[in-house]
Amino acid sequence: MEQFALTHAWLIPLVPAAAFAIIGLFLQNFHKLSAAIAILAITFGFVMSLGIAGAVFNLGITVDAPFVQRIEWIKIAGLQFDMGVIIDPLSVLMLLVVTLVSLLVQIYSVGYMKGDKGFGRFFSYMSLFSASMLGLNISINFVQMYVFWELVGLCSYLLIGFYYYRIPAREAAKKAFITTRIGDFGLLIGILLLQMLFGTVDFIQLRQVIPVYLMANGAGVLTIIGILLFMGPIGKSGQFPLHVWLPDAMEGPAPVSALIHAATMVVAGVYLVARAYFLFASLPILMNIIAWIGAFTAFFGASIAFSQHAIKRILAYSTISQLGYMMLALGVGSLTASMFHLMTHAFFKSLLFLCAGAVMHAVNEEADIFKMGGLRRKMPVVFVTMTIGVLAISGLPPFSGFFSKDAILAAAAHVSMPLYLIGIVTAFMTAFYMARLLFLVFFGESRQKEVHKVSRFMQLPLIVLAALAVVSGLGGYVYNFGDWVRFGPPVVEHMDWLLASTSTLLSLLAFVLAWNIYGSKRWSSDIIAKKLGIIYTITFNKYYIDEFYALLCRIFIDGIGKIMYFIDLYIIDGTVNAVSALVLLFSKLLSKFQTGQVQRYAAVFVCGVVILLLCTIMYLDKVNGVLAAGGAF
Amino acid sequence: MNFYVIYPEIAVLVLALLLICADLILSAVETRRSLGYAAIMILGGLFISLFYQYHIDGSVYFYDNLFYFDNYAIFFKQLFLAAVVMTILFSLDYAEKLRYSGEYYAMVLFALIGMMVLASANDFLTMFVGLELMTISFYALAGFRLDDKKSAESGIKYLIIGSVSTAVTLYGISLLYGMAHSLDFSVIEKTFNVFSPLGVAGMAMIVAGMFFKMSVIPFHMWAPDVYEGAPTPVTGLLAMGSKAAAIAVFIRILFTAFLHITDYFMPVLAVFSAICMIGGNIAAIRQKNIKRMLAYSSIAQAGYMIVGICAATPQGIKSVMFYAFLYVLANVGAFAVLSVVDCQNNGTEYKNLSGLSQSAPVLAMVMAISLLSMGGIPPTAGFTGKLYLFTAVVESGYVWLAFIGFIMSMISVYYYLKVVRVMYQGSPDNSITVSGSIRAVVLISAVATILFGIWPQYLSILTDFAAFTFLR
Repeated sequence: MEQFALTHAWLIPLVPAAAFAIIGLFLQNFHKLSAAIAILAITFGFVMSLGIAGAVFNLGITVDAPFVQRIEWIKIAGLQFDMGVIIDPLSVLMLLVVTLVSLLVQIYSVGYMKGDKGFGRFFSYMSLFSASMLGLNISINFVQMYVFWELVGLCSYLLIGFYYYRIPAREAAKKAFITTRIGDFGLLIGILLLQMLFGTVDFIQLRQVIPVYLMANGAGVLTIIGILLFMGPIGKSGQFPLHVWLPDAMEGPAPVSALIHAATMVVAGVYLVARAYFLFASLPILMNIIAWIGAFTAFFGASIAFSQHAIKRILAYSTISQLGYMMLALGVGSLTASMFHLMTHAFFKSLLFLCAGAVMHAVNEEADIFKMGGLRRKMPVVFVTMTIGVLAISGLPPFSGFFSKDAILAAAAHVSMPLYLIGIVTAFMTAFYMARLLFLVFFGESRQKEVHKVSRFMQLPLIVLAALAVVSGLGGYVYNFGDWVRFGPPVVEHMDWLLASTSTLLSLLAFVLAWNIYGSKRWSSDIIAKKLGIIYTITFNKYYIDEFYALLCRIFIDGIGKIMYFIDLYIIDGTVNAVSALVLLFSKLLSKFQTGQVQRYAAVFVCGVVILLLCTIMYLDKVNGVLAAGGAF
Repeated sequence: MNFYVIYPEIAVLVLALLLICADLILSAVETRRSLGYAAIMILGGLFISLFYQYHIDGSVYFYDNLFYFDNYAIFFKQLFLAAVVMTILFSLDYAEKLRYSGEYYAMVLFALIGMMVLASANDFLTMFVGLELMTISFYALAGFRLDDKKSAESGIKYLIIGSVSTAVTLYGISLLYGMAHSLDFSVIEKTFNVFSPLGVAGMAMIVAGMFFKMSVIPFHMWAPDVYEGAPTPVTGLLAMGSKAAAIAVFIRILFTAFLHITDYFMPVLAVFSAICMIGGNIAAIRQKNIKRMLAYSSIAQAGYMIVGICAATPQGIKSVMFYAFLYVLANVGAFAVLSVVDCQNNGTEYKNLSGLSQSAPVLAMVMAISLLSMGGIPPTAGFTGKLYLFTAVVESGYVWLAFIGFIMSMISVYYYLKVVRVMYQGSPDNSITVSGSIRAVVLISAVATILFGIWPQYLSILTDFAAFTFLR
């Protein structure tokens, strides 16, 4: 079984892809069947991933000695790309997380999307997304990864705009696609430069040639390439300054937000950096950039989440903030902590999103948390699971976030005090805004008269994810996550109890603070907001970054657009129109010539023969010239 | 004599004769579909068996040097077999409308023998026999719809112009024989006398005959009329089979018999290729009948294939072979759809295809894929094919030719997309039923077109092998 799973890992993305094709082509109108096929396909993926995990464990496949399968894809002289599968603990972790979360989210969607016209379409897109994401995880080179990278971008676009009849959804889909394209452009150029510099984009080969190159040539050029490559993750993983698309992406259905914009696609950027860590880790300047962008994004996202009102937007900014944590961990050199947090975050953040979806579903798609309240008694399962999610993300022991976040903070503390301070302040803020959300939604007096019931399909994934949010951190700690997922020698992470207790205390403090403001209403939130004045306004308006970008667009893009419009209208269109008029004229002449009379045809034929004769005989002179000069024969 | 060498030809010949006999035995009311199926089975088997005939060395001759059985010939024989099998498959419905459907299948097979002989011809005599066998069968096939004036007209026109071309070719051969005292390609290659005005004139005339078959401008005048009038499956076979056969023998003549002239002849060829690409594509824009449009497009496609010949390298030959094969696939898709439309909507004008995406979505999709492949849009095979062609010719120094090719490809997309627009925007007049055999053949062609576009590996290896053993 394990051997089979290992050698047939390529089936994992292929089966959901087949499910996509089958549902998309034939089963759009068969709702139950399409859901069943999609879920079956991803279950297959999950079982295979478990098998592969077993194989990795038993056969001792490590990050230093990955299992690689490859076949030739494109081969032109001087250019060769393979397609293939790379299996090491890193990709296995991603496979497990993606298949598991995807499976749970799809089960949840059966309940959530019930009665929607686009039910079949939804599951076909979900299958395509799973296929692309899994393909990305097992890519053996940058080009293969880029293909899947764009595919997940496409799926994200399709799913954000799933309710395409709503204008905000359409706009958000476009925004997401275009914003991430900016990053992808850098990534593409980086990949091309790598190919030019090394003649290969294969991870295994690059890992061998890059140290040699660095010894000989220094880090200059490679740092630029690294920065270009890193633009991709900035866009895809919602790092500052390209984070603007992620909050808007919440226009998609809640399961989409849970799967794509919390657990899987947005961590693709983190995964890319981790996969090519041999490159990034050898460039100190770049590592600093990554760490600072990560830390700043973490703080920045949390500060906006402070003042937002829409439940999913808060979670979106929280996702941005947590992704910042993962980048921070990568930047300070701890791949283990980053991937550890990636895993725990996938579980608790998709849990939170699914809970938010259930809450919104129950209260007639109301999104404003200030209009909710007292839902604790009406939906106990959601309340308990969401509380677990909040405790996990706030980093309280023994929930999973505690372990992973402390691993990141410890790694940051080793490298730089300022980074650590940003990290711990963010942790405090995280606990505060998550507590705020929890208290406002579930405590206080009830404001909703009728509350829809949460179906079984939606409850089961919540419970499973909640269980994972509890145990995944502790499990990773006890079984020493760093033995497997690592860069360089095995990492033995000891809990730094001083750091851990500091952050725990701060989180508790944040909870108390939030309870006093939003739970017991001892202090009025409005007065606090007023006192904070300008700071509140700025964060409430997300630092006016969207407006700033809109302004930039107006000035530059519209300005250039005007010039281009002029050029297009008069110069290019003029030329094109002239050319096409010419072509049409010529075409008319040619068909005039085609009279349908055989005599004419034969005459033209004979003319052709004469022309050919003249041409060849003219060239005969040359032949004879060469022969006279004793040329080769 | 080693009869084993000509076993494909013998098999097809026996099959054709058997079909005629069976046609006589079968009662008049019975459909001739079974004959078509029998032919498909046997030709399919032959196609597969030829895979086992590829060899590293020791190519065999038959009857002195008349007939050469090398990898290059095997590849083209397979190409013709594939084209004919698929043509028969999509003409099963069409043939039932013909008065003599039994003879139709036999005629197609005779044309196939002609093509297969051409691929192996190593002597002007063999070449002439193959050429005439193929062409005469096509004269008959083009006029096969006895109830249709246009079909009759096209048959007669093809016959008359074809006779002119045959006369010119024969004259050229006789001149060449006068200079070299042999018709054997390999003997002519080594004969000094060929480099005289008469010898070269002979060569030019033979080339003119080939150009006629390939419908190179200015020898193309017959093509639009004949393509339009002939029964649609026959048009398809003309576009794929007849053209590929002419190209196969043309390449062999150029690179064996006239090997030492090739260097000097290539610039002339390049000019003809450019004229073909420009003229074919531009004339295609204004056509209202899709078969006529495809006729002009096939003129342009001939130009593209000559681009590969101009490279005069194994890579060039390989790219021609690759392109010829995927051109067969694209044409099968397009003409299969057209023959259904022709049958059920009575015509192949643009307006007959209106709203095909609603009345027969599969057909519309395959048509779109086939046309995009002809236009060279990725991820279809046409893109890969053009990539190989232009890469090869650029490496040989004809950048300008590749440049013209690029621009003309862009122009061609315009009229290909016009068809797609009609199919997807218009509304259908009547419903269309798609039989199983049509569905099978269009799906095969579409899947193969996409597959060779994304994954050209196996076809590329095969063509590489054939081309490199042909032109060492």
